[in-house]
Formats: sequence, structure tokens, C-alpha cells
Amino acid sequence: MNLPDIEHITQDLAEQVSELISERQLDNPLLVGIRTGGVWVAERLNDTLKCADDVATLDISFYRDDFTRHGLHPKVQGSELPDSIEDRHIILIDDVIMSGRTIRAAMNELFDYGRPASITLICLLDIGRRELPIQPDLCGATLALNDGQLVKLTGPRPLVLTLA
Amino acid sequence: MTDPNTVQLTEDGRLKHFLTTEGLSRELLTEILDTADSFISTQERAVKTVPLLRGKTVVNLFFENSTRTRSTFELAAKRLSADILNLDIARSATSKGETLMDTLWNLEAMYSDMFVVRHSDSGAAHFIAEQVTPNVAIINAGDGRHAHPTQAMLDMLTIRRHKGDIEGKIVAIVGDILHSRVARSQIHALRTLGAAEVRVIGPGTLLPSDIESMGAVPYYDMKAGLADCDVVIMLRLQKERMQNALLPSEGEFFKLYGLTEEKLAFAKPDAIVMHPGPINRGVEIESAVADGNQSVILNQVSYGIAVRMAVMAMAMSGQQTPVNSEEPA
Repeated sequence: MNLPDIEHITQDLAEQVSELISERQLDNPLLVGIRTGGVWVAERLNDTLKCADDVATLDISFYRDDFTRHGLHPKVQGSELPDSIEDRHIILIDDVIMSGRTIRAAMNELFDYGRPASITLICLLDIGRRELPIQPDLCGATLALNDGQLVKLTGPRPLVLTLA
Repeated sequence: MTDPNTVQLTEDGRLKHFLTTEGLSRELLTEILDTADSFISTQERAVKTVPLLRGKTVVNLFFENSTRTRSTFELAAKRLSADILNLDIARSATSKGETLMDTLWNLEAMYSDMFVVRHSDSGAAHFIAEQVTPNVAIINAGDGRHAHPTQAMLDMLTIRRHKGDIEGKIVAIVGDILHSRVARSQIHALRTLGAAEVRVIGPGTLLPSDIESMGAVPYYDMKAGLADCDVVIMLRLQKERMQNALLPSEGEFFKLYGLTEEKLAFAKPDAIVMHPGPINRGVEIESAVADGNQSVILNQVSYGIAVRMAVMAMAMSGQQTPVNSEEPA
């Protein structure tokens, strides 16, 4: 299977996000990357977007709905968000969306920090297999994988996509 | 008694009970500290709870009095979204003649997921961990003179956060080492985490005879013992444990070993002062030091919640059988 050129779609995605921000009039947006791949993608998008705040990071380990099945992630690094996200326009960024459970956990965590004005979801890759009614506002590329196949992003620079 | 690590660890080396710091690897102790660090950040938010242990029932099983430890365990459980039941055993069924195991079986029948145990007998938590049904985690909140591992780990976290690292630091533990489960757990953790030197300072009657085999260096004099120290840990003079005449008097003890500004000056100028609490002002520490700018005693209390959250989450996680390591996105 041919994997897309990640560097190329990241650049395209940055331009689309920029247009979406002006279209929706998202004033002073806050980029929030989900550890680990989402943070790399967010950093890359911010090269183009140049938001006022640094990219914030969200570690959803304490919010996973599969804790009782998988246990605690061995390397929890914690979230780093500004003191207040109250009334902020959040651009939530992840590398790969599949079941949608990570995004649900991320939104639960965000609301424990405050009540954002809006959340816009950006994913670099959508590999389908959704289990929850959650769809990204924008995604860089959609991949149809075979059963049991997964993709893995390594980074941060360069971003490289491999089949896992 | 079986090796505590065969009881407290899973086959793949994860924590499933937390009974003692003795024999745990540097990696595992560091993982506890790292996890606690991330919980500190959640404690500083407006909403302090995370949903990790939602639906789990934690029972505080205190056969010995405690206010601080019990309440920080209670807060830790609540901030993990667990339900918590406080049992003051000293005033309940056990005093009516129910045996320890009958008490436990009753609590198990209430579908408890975790017992936080404090007991005056050394080895009590270990014994309970061997007896409980699978999937119930035991956290040792202090057993006799043996161990108080969560206190030791919150002390390690305090040192790491205030001195950057434990590696290479000189740490002095002062006072009644003989009766102190805290000191024992601290010495094991400090040695494993790479402290350059662990000293114990006190009168000969309050230092255990096997202290050197634990990797600590005994001192009988504050001036020599505190020289070049990065960390000074004062222990409470445990009046309730002192049935024999091990000390001439409290006044004599304070004169020789009580931490005053003059004695603290023997340590490094940026040394931090710690105390597991409750402090006896004027017995082992003077107020000017306890409230001074080198004191991190109240920080220890805050870190205690984060460390207890970390250990509870890790032990609960160790009770689960991993399905697979792949994380769905």
C-alpha cells in the first residue's frame, strides 16, 4: 500500500486550517496537541499559523475509558495548558483518528480545565473504524487500511508514517 | 514470610500492591515519582478530580490512629473519582472481637477494590495482601516499625522537586530511627535512587544496630552529621512508642538533636528541611526552622496527595490483566 507523503499533506493541512480559522472567525485560537503525535503535528501546523500562544499539550492517560482493560500508560507526562482556557477557541489536534475514544477523553479533560468557547478538531489522518459519533472538522488524508493494520507516526522532524 | 516483591509485583514487574520500597527497582520508583508529578499538575486545576478510578471502592482500614495520612489517602481516592469508605477499626467490630480476617472477608463481600491499611504490627499489610482475593489491591499506610512506603515516596518527590534530583545528594535523617518505619522506607528509596550518602543522626539508643547493613551511616553528633547535607529530614519523637527509658528527657534531646537555626547552619546553605509530621515544636524542631524559608514541610503534605494518587492508580492498574498494548486512537 502506498502511504501518502506526510510532509506534503501537513503543509496542505496547515493552509486549510488557516482558512478555517478566518472563515469561522476563531479569534486568538489555542492549538492543543494530544500527546505524542498530535503535539508534533500541532507544532508543525503552528510553523504556518504562528498563533500567539505556544502549542499546549494534552496527556489523556488519566481520562482513558479503557483504564480498567489496559491499565495506566507507563509514561504519563501530564498536560501543559495555559492557566485558563475559559472562552478560548481550541484547535484540538491529533495525528490519527480511529475509534474516536481518544478525542472523547481529550474533550472530557479540556472541560476540567474550563469552558472553551469552541473546539475544532483537526486530524492528520483518518483511518476510519469509528466507534463514537465524532468526526474531525478537517483531516489531511483518509486511509483505507486492511483489517488489523495500523499506522504509526514517528517524529517530530521529519514526520514519517509507517504501517504497523 | 514470602519475599514482598513476589507479592507486590505482577509477573511482568508492575505494581499491584504497594507494601514496601525495599527491593523495588530504580525504574519503578522513578515511574511512581513521574506519575505523581503529572498528578500535581491536575491538583492545581479548578477541577481537581480525574476519572481514573471511577466506580472503584477504596476502603481506608486504619487499625492505628492517623489524621494526616488517612485524610490524604481519602483525598487522593476522591480525586481519582473512587468511592471511599473510612473505617476506624480501633472503635469498630474488631474491638467487639471480630478477627482481622473476618473483617476483611466482610469488606470483600461489599465488592471493595482496594484496602489502604495501617496497623501496629510489622508485616500486617503484607499478610493481608497474601490473604485477599485476587483483584483487590493493598496499599501499606504504615505497619509497625517496618515500612511506610507512601511517606517515603512523597519525601523522594519533595527532594526531587526542590533539589532537582536525588542522585548525588547527601541526606541526613535525624531522631528516633529505631522506632521509625518512615526512616526505613526512606533509606531503601534513597539508596535505590542514587543518593550519595544517607546519614542517620541520633543517640545510640535510638539508632538500630543493623543500620549500616541498610546502607546508612550513623552519626551521634549534629555538627558532624549535618556537615555538607543537602537535605535534613527530622523525625517525630514518638512518645507513644517510647515505653522504655531510651532518653534522659525531651529537653535533653532537644539540646542535642533538636533542629535549631544554629544547628541547621552546619548543613549546606540551601539545604531543605523536611518532617513527616505531626511536628513537636520545641522537641525535635524549633518553630523558627519549621516555619523558616528552608522548610518544605507543608509542600510535603501537598505532594503526599499526588504520590498516593499515583500509587493507587498504578496498583489498581496492576490488578487488571492487560488486554493488549496497542492503544486505539
